[in-house]
Amino acid sequence: MTYGTTTILDGPGVGRALTRIAHEILECNKGVSNLALVGIRSGGDRLAAELVRRIEQIEGKSAPLGAIDIGMYRDDLASRGTVEVGRTDVPFSLDGKNIILVDDVLFTGRTIRAAMDALIDLGRPRTIQLAVLIDRGHRELPIRPDYVGRNVPTSRDEKIDVIFNADNCAAEVRLLKPQG
Amino acid sequence: MEFRHKHILGINELSRDDIVTILDTADSFKEINSRDIKKVPTLRGKTIVNLFFESSTRTRTSFEIAGKRLSADTINITASSSSVTKGETLEDTARNIEAMNPDIIVMRHAASGACHYLAERINSSVINAGDGAHEHPSQALLDLFTMRQHKGSIEGLTVAIIGDIGHSRVARSDLYALNKMGAKVRLCGPGTMMPVGIEQLGAEIFTDMNEAIRDADVVMMLRIQLERQGKTLLPTLREYARFYGLNVNNLKLAKPDALVMHPGPINRGVELSSYVADGPQNVILDQVENGVAVRMALLYLVSGVERGEV
Repeated sequence: MTYGTTTILDGPGVGRALTRIAHEILECNKGVSNLALVGIRSGGDRLAAELVRRIEQIEGKSAPLGAIDIGMYRDDLASRGTVEVGRTDVPFSLDGKNIILVDDVLFTGRTIRAAMDALIDLGRPRTIQLAVLIDRGHRELPIRPDYVGRNVPTSRDEKIDVIFNADNCAAEVRLLKPQG
Repeated sequence: MEFRHKHILGINELSRDDIVTILDTADSFKEINSRDIKKVPTLRGKTIVNLFFESSTRTRTSFEIAGKRLSADTINITASSSSVTKGETLEDTARNIEAMNPDIIVMRHAASGACHYLAERINSSVINAGDGAHEHPSQALLDLFTMRQHKGSIEGLTVAIIGDIGHSRVARSDLYALNKMGAKVRLCGPGTMMPVGIEQLGAEIFTDMNEAIRDADVVMMLRIQLERQGKTLLPTLREYARFYGLNVNNLKLAKPDALVMHPGPINRGVELSSYVADGPQNVILDQVENGVAVRMALLYLVSGVERGEV
């Protein structure tokens, strides 16, 4: 199938969205104390790292950063077959912390459901908040984001690609529409 | 990632890419074993039967823990408690277990080829946990995992495997696996314990242990399997320990950072002196620890392959 491509956000656009989200996270949580960011592989972890850099620039203090892989928590092993499972790397205790869960694109909500299960298996956070770069709708579960870079209305057969550059910084977000 | 094996019957059937996939998957699962809550829901609702016709503590426990940490239901059947002692054939036992619809059967059996026989006759996935003197794939994979963990890469390593090569399914699986990964394998043991023609599988053969371990990166000692061989192959254990035991002195011939490995259970004072078994170069308990992660990976990977696929 061929796709027609539209750019939704360019590099500076992504940067401004992330900067705004970093400010919102700090405002809602009243600073960085007790705050930690956990990104979902393999897009959310890189965005979480960018958010942590911005938080440090704004506050002068950093927040712990972790990454989780949800391969082991999927509910579709039987229908999708074996998917690659990546490493979960959360080098701090989650107990009592306000965790910002970071993903690139929010779609059905099933990834977030799996990620919350994964987080809760690692400890007992005080809160889990959700930050996403793109919310494209079509939720299948009662999940909503706390911080959104851009809402993009889509149809189910369209795709969203978040492109990262060589430094693992998000450089562009594209909407792919099927053609013909 | 492409993994198309419904059964894990031997290393011989796996490609180099398959082995890398298994080791990488195990790497991801290893982290679970150090959590406070050592459980993920990955195989929830799957049933795993551990069907052991030969005694085993380490392998059976390791498979059982691996299954439980992935949230599968695991059931153990051992020969002494089963209907085997009442005269049932392997095929009938298997058909009866299959009628209860398990997803995976992990089997150990004294007859070489028993797992292949089972896999041809039933629908469940079959994982070989040791069949006679043929193969013990999960052991070889955890050996590779441990070597990769300590040495970074397996390619180019020189691995000396010493002991009763003839009776050892571990040696055979390790030999296949190491060759596929590009390591050099040396096999060493008394002539009575060296199978004729084994060099055709790609190994250098030694009868002098000092030559075999000289400049090796890994020295893997095998257990003298007293239960398998009676007394015909070696005169006395003391003589064996003298010529084919690893001790502080001959270990110096290997590279200074060489790893000492053993599939367990060790006979202290026979193939390994206590100084070496407890010494700084031994990674024997790492092997056991890694075994759980490797078996989690195997259970996970065979579960993703649809029933009916090969």
